[in-house]
Amino acid sequence: MELSYEWTSAFAQSFGLIYLMVLSVAIAVYAFWPSLGKRFDKAAKSILNDEDGPCR
Amino acid sequence: MIKRLTIAERQTAMLLSVLIALAGFAMAVIGRGDPMGVHGWIVLILAGALFFALASALYEPEPTEDRAVSYYDDPTKVGILLTLVWAVAGMGMGVWVAAQLAWPDLRFDAAWSSFGRIRPVHTSGVIFGFGGNALIATSFHIMQRTSRARMAGHISPWFVLLGFNLFCIIAATGYLMGVTQSKEYAEPEWYADIWLVIVWIVYFVLYIRTLARRNEPHIYVANWYYLAFILVVAVLHIVNNLAVPASFGAAKSYSAFSGVQDAMTQWWYGHNAVAFFLTAGFLGMLYYFLPKRAERPIYSYRLSILSFWGITFFYIWAGSHHLHYTAVPEWVQTLGMTFSVMLLVPSWASAGNALMTLNGAWHKVRDDATLRFMMVAAVFYGLSTFEGSFMAIRPVNSLSHYTDWTVGHVHAGAMGWVALITFGSIYALVPVLWRKQTMYSWKLVEWHFWLALGGTVVYVFAMWNSGITQGLMWRTYTESGTLAYSFTDTLVKMHPYYIARAIGGAMFFVGAVIGAFNVVMTIRSVGHQAQQLDYPTGSEANEPAVPAAE
Repeated sequence: MELSYEWTSAFAQSFGLIYLMVLSVAIAVYAFWPSLGKRFDKAAKSILNDEDGPCR
Repeated sequence: MIKRLTIAERQTAMLLSVLIALAGFAMAVIGRGDPMGVHGWIVLILAGALFFALASALYEPEPTEDRAVSYYDDPTKVGILLTLVWAVAGMGMGVWVAAQLAWPDLRFDAAWSSFGRIRPVHTSGVIFGFGGNALIATSFHIMQRTSRARMAGHISPWFVLLGFNLFCIIAATGYLMGVTQSKEYAEPEWYADIWLVIVWIVYFVLYIRTLARRNEPHIYVANWYYLAFILVVAVLHIVNNLAVPASFGAAKSYSAFSGVQDAMTQWWYGHNAVAFFLTAGFLGMLYYFLPKRAERPIYSYRLSILSFWGITFFYIWAGSHHLHYTAVPEWVQTLGMTFSVMLLVPSWASAGNALMTLNGAWHKVRDDATLRFMMVAAVFYGLSTFEGSFMAIRPVNSLSHYTDWTVGHVHAGAMGWVALITFGSIYALVPVLWRKQTMYSWKLVEWHFWLALGGTVVYVFAMWNSGITQGLMWRTYTESGTLAYSFTDTLVKMHPYYIARAIGGAMFFVGAVIGAFNVVMTIRSVGHQAQQLDYPTGSEANEPAVPAAE
């Protein structure tokens, strides 16, 4: 395999496009998956609860 | 501070400082007659001083404290103080550089004080010295709090903090001696670059090991931003600094890339330095300190995840917008332009998320200058990312590129966003870290806030006016098709704006000096307050690291 300009640009323009599209969709699905809501709310509040001291 | 280390840790630290001092000595011998030799002496003296400081406390009694019941904050404290030292030094240098442009006699005819040498001292001083120390110090704080676990190790945080500062000192002193790779924001030469790689790997390992000890099931989003900052900066730094030293006894090296490839690598690095050094880590700060200070959870955690991945994956492609109308293939330019415009989505998601978090707490923003620092930082983040996306559009860039508009844009981001969120975080952090009742003076925080905001606005408006005037004058043609204005004509027009810029920068600098004074006085004279909260979770009585079911 020769690392030429043609090869690199074809790779970037095909694989780069696909991988970004797939990633965008996957991340959007993950971020807005309904059943994960509780986990995210808990995480968001965790830094505020943090100062409750050692939890026993 | 040394007394809080065990004797075995003190010995390890001494061994490390001996190794570094020996490396310094080798540099001094091999590089004699070259700036590298001077750097060798600097390394030798600093590492030697550290060695003797450690040796003088070696036989002090072992610490008796129970390490499991508190966070390890000594490196954070030193990091915050170093942040303020670099803020004063780097911003002071900036005022001098700005003043030189308005009044060139301020160079005082020395080689070391020429614009080309002190400008990188300013840029590296504020980006790496001020920003880098702030990132390291706050990351040490946040990684422990969000994990509810003490830091993993007692030597490695010091190695990271002091090693990074050694890099900054080598960089700044090198510029004054004329050492430079001529790559923007990557000026330090090969030996400094290799040293930074070592420091950075230790930083990454420390972060991961601390997260591995966490007593909190979810890794809070601020940590993701810090990790992106550490990981991507490592990749950028290594690739962009691939170079062959002309000799192992001298500072000069030659880049592994040439021509277009070199330019593309440099601006891939340069733009991602903005993205991952000056944005990702500071967003980590924003996502921790803003909700904390406002006492409200972040408005949308889901949005913070989306914008995290958006920023991580879009920014990497945006660098080529620095090379519009050059020999870089046009599709690469278009790619950079497109991704820059797309970046508006995650950027505004973060800025909007921060501002929506404050919805319902605006009375706190009014009363509390610390929170106001963070709020205005989020606004400037939104403004400068919009401006950045706009300037990356090729026809806009044809007007803005090479003009002071770029300088104004960078400073809207660096002063309005990066520095304001840092100062807000410092004011939130100092009383907690040093266990003080409050800051020494809230009036001084107000003074700092208004000076910083006023200075930023003066600076940015001066540069907008200057840049657009410059850009328009450069592209004005006479009827016969020749340029209407000479370069000197544009300089004459710039002069009042350069004076305004120096004034704006000076205001910002005075604010930083006030802030440093306030922090020092807080540590020295404000009463102690034992913290009820802010201790790590006991390791026996906690939830499992991975939730069984939700």
